[in-house]
Amino acid sequence: MTAHRQKDISLDLLGITKVYPGAIALNNVSLSIRGGEVVGLVGENGAGKSTLMKVLSGAIAPDEGRIVIDGEEVTSLTSARVHERGIALVHQELNPFPNLDVTANVLLGREIRRGMFGFLDQAAMERKVAPILARLDTRFGPNDAVSGLSLADQQLLEIARALSIDPRLLILDEPTSSLTLSETKRLLDVIRQLSADGVAVLFITHRLAEIEEVASRVVALRDGRNAGTLGCGEITKDAMIRLMIGRDVGQFYEKAEHDPGRPVLELKGLRTKAYPQHPLDLCLRAGEILCLTGLVGAGRTELARALFGIDRIEGGVLEIEGQRLVGHSVPAAIAAGLCLVPEDRKTEGLFLDFSITENIAMPSHAALSRIGFIDIGAETALAEASRNKLSIKTAGLGRAAAEMSGGNQQKVVLAKWLAMKPRIIILDEPTRGIDVGAKAEVYRLMQALAADGVALLMISSDMEEVIGISDRVAVMCRGRIAGMLARDQLTEETILQLAVE
Amino acid sequence: MQKKDIGLATLVMTVGAIVAVINPRFLSPINLANTANLIGLFGLFSIAEAFVIVTAGIELSIGSVIALIGVIFVDLIASFGVPWPVALAIVMVLSVAIGLLHGWLITRLRLQPFVVTLCGLLIYRGIARFYTRDGTAGFSFGSDFPMLEYLVAGRTAGVPHSVIAFLLVAVAAWFLLHRTVLGRHLFAVGKNPEAAGFSGIDTTRVIIQAYVLCAFLTGISAVFFAMYTRSVQPSSHGNFYELYGIAAAVLGGFSLRGGEGSIIGVVLGVILLQVLQNLVNLLGIPSSLNFAVMGSVILAGVIADTQFSRYRDARRQAIAMAALDSE
Repeated sequence: MTAHRQKDISLDLLGITKVYPGAIALNNVSLSIRGGEVVGLVGENGAGKSTLMKVLSGAIAPDEGRIVIDGEEVTSLTSARVHERGIALVHQELNPFPNLDVTANVLLGREIRRGMFGFLDQAAMERKVAPILARLDTRFGPNDAVSGLSLADQQLLEIARALSIDPRLLILDEPTSSLTLSETKRLLDVIRQLSADGVAVLFITHRLAEIEEVASRVVALRDGRNAGTLGCGEITKDAMIRLMIGRDVGQFYEKAEHDPGRPVLELKGLRTKAYPQHPLDLCLRAGEILCLTGLVGAGRTELARALFGIDRIEGGVLEIEGQRLVGHSVPAAIAAGLCLVPEDRKTEGLFLDFSITENIAMPSHAALSRIGFIDIGAETALAEASRNKLSIKTAGLGRAAAEMSGGNQQKVVLAKWLAMKPRIIILDEPTRGIDVGAKAEVYRLMQALAADGVALLMISSDMEEVIGISDRVAVMCRGRIAGMLARDQLTEETILQLAVE
Repeated sequence: MQKKDIGLATLVMTVGAIVAVINPRFLSPINLANTANLIGLFGLFSIAEAFVIVTAGIELSIGSVIALIGVIFVDLIASFGVPWPVALAIVMVLSVAIGLLHGWLITRLRLQPFVVTLCGLLIYRGIARFYTRDGTAGFSFGSDFPMLEYLVAGRTAGVPHSVIAFLLVAVAAWFLLHRTVLGRHLFAVGKNPEAAGFSGIDTTRVIIQAYVLCAFLTGISAVFFAMYTRSVQPSSHGNFYELYGIAAAVLGGFSLRGGEGSIIGVVLGVILLQVLQNLVNLLGIPSSLNFAVMGSVILAGVIADTQFSRYRDARRQAIAMAALDSE
């Protein structure tokens, strides 16, 4: 990466407005950034951050507003123009090409050629990619296959791809959502170096602590409008939250003591497909919130999938309310009163094109049908009741689930399981990518369920959440349960010590 | 009725009206009855195809199954003297077995539907030709089965029984796809198999059911075709019918990506294709152009559909913008 480059960028978005049918995504939003700045962009889900990103990356054209780059006004950006101006974007969604190797992924579309036939110059490409990977301190090399990379490594790959264009402005959209602590630290260091080199960095994340650490300025959006700006000395978590939600968050985590009841879910020497060498023992009691935490790849999601019957159980015993489950499958798990709010709500939790009503009713069809025919009235009544109970915000229950914000989508996934009156709910990263307000609502709901005697097994990597809401914490490490912590033992240090063994 | 269906119905009416104006013979009872008969025959397997397409699958062996089942049905009765209800039962069991086999290969062995049914297309056609030694399976001269012929090829008040069968199947299929749990699950599995699994839907079972349903309806259709032609020439009988069924389904709003479509749509799609064929005949267009006309209309229909939805989105956008300005 060269320290001396073209002059630093100066970019101004002025009065940007973008309207979608039924919703104003951006209303007169302005954002300026200069070379060397690290600007944190914060806002709840649906505040307009992603739309603003799309405008910046040239994916969509604003309906109104001006874009000024380096003193020159452009009507709208296109992906080609964005690239030409040295703007690189790291998307929140990872879209690597698993069939190509790391080098090919990083330089896709910008391959180095040689000779009159334009053959790929593999050696030159690797020479270009290697130092970028070294800078990010990745575990993988230029020749590694992408299909074998973990989610965290894929995220680093996306970042390497952005760095490879030698950007003047780097936009990072939730870049740390699946990174481990040390990788996150490394990335923040890289951001600092880049900004010292005169690169402008626009950093979007829900992890406000990271913004606190690196940002020189914070721009907050709320409901598609500018909600305020924080200067260098004013950046604190509370100040950011105040701007994001427009009020103070009182007690975010309501600490409620639950009396753990009888055991409802017991694992005796259970062996999962991912880590068959480690038998697991765990006991979940009625009315408690047990959190399963650990680093990415520790086997938490795999355990959840095995318990729910998605993946085969390799051995051991799984008991629900003392009844041993034999021939485990998803329908059997649901029948036994166990359900799973999956990690990826867009592909695993929801049918995005289907209506909210259809989504909520999907697992309840046995109860909502007579001799195989769906009772449309009962279906609507269920959806209506769920909307009131969980305060799902939507213009209509006939709308497609895709049209809702992340927080409301998560509520729909919860609603579809609550309709089954489960005794055990497994929640895999239930608040990932949802805004502060919706998070608080999900926590309140979890507390209420626990108070009703439902057993909750939550998988989470968000330390604050783990410490704030759990009654007990099981820390996993490489497929084993490394330790169990009671509520009064919960600190970030004790958890991390177990997580990294 | 969905908006798409209304658009398609309008198109059917328009084409019908144009043909009627140019050649009034279109409306003659004989022509109408013949066209209706063909709609009934082709409609049965088009609905069959739709059940598979909605799961994001495809069934390419329909034409070959129609030939094989037709040959066996005719031969059982004509050569072996099997009573026709028994022959009917045998071929229906055979059809269901074919559907089960396809469903099993696709779900348990995780083969692609295209590959499985393409192999089916080749295999069943080959078996049918081998079985008759590439000859024709037909009823010997003078033999007749009044009851069977009345039921399958007869008419009631001028309405061919194939049409009545088609209507009954269409109504049943509509309820099945749009009002039952199985129908909802077919849509769900077609749209997002992963989320379906996470919702406790047994995706394997749903997909197998779709192929069995398809094969069952194809079997019924095969019997109707065998009785319609009265002799089955296995090298040509039912050729390309699977593509015809796919065309009708796509025209009717089914997406090959799965999870979309309606029975009313596929019914209208079948009607449109038959009216077009009729148009080619009545307007004196060389019948060799038949497929070209059909292909062009389908292409035009699909283009119109995507353009119209783009136009609709743009208009919604404009309305939303105007609402904002007047704030």
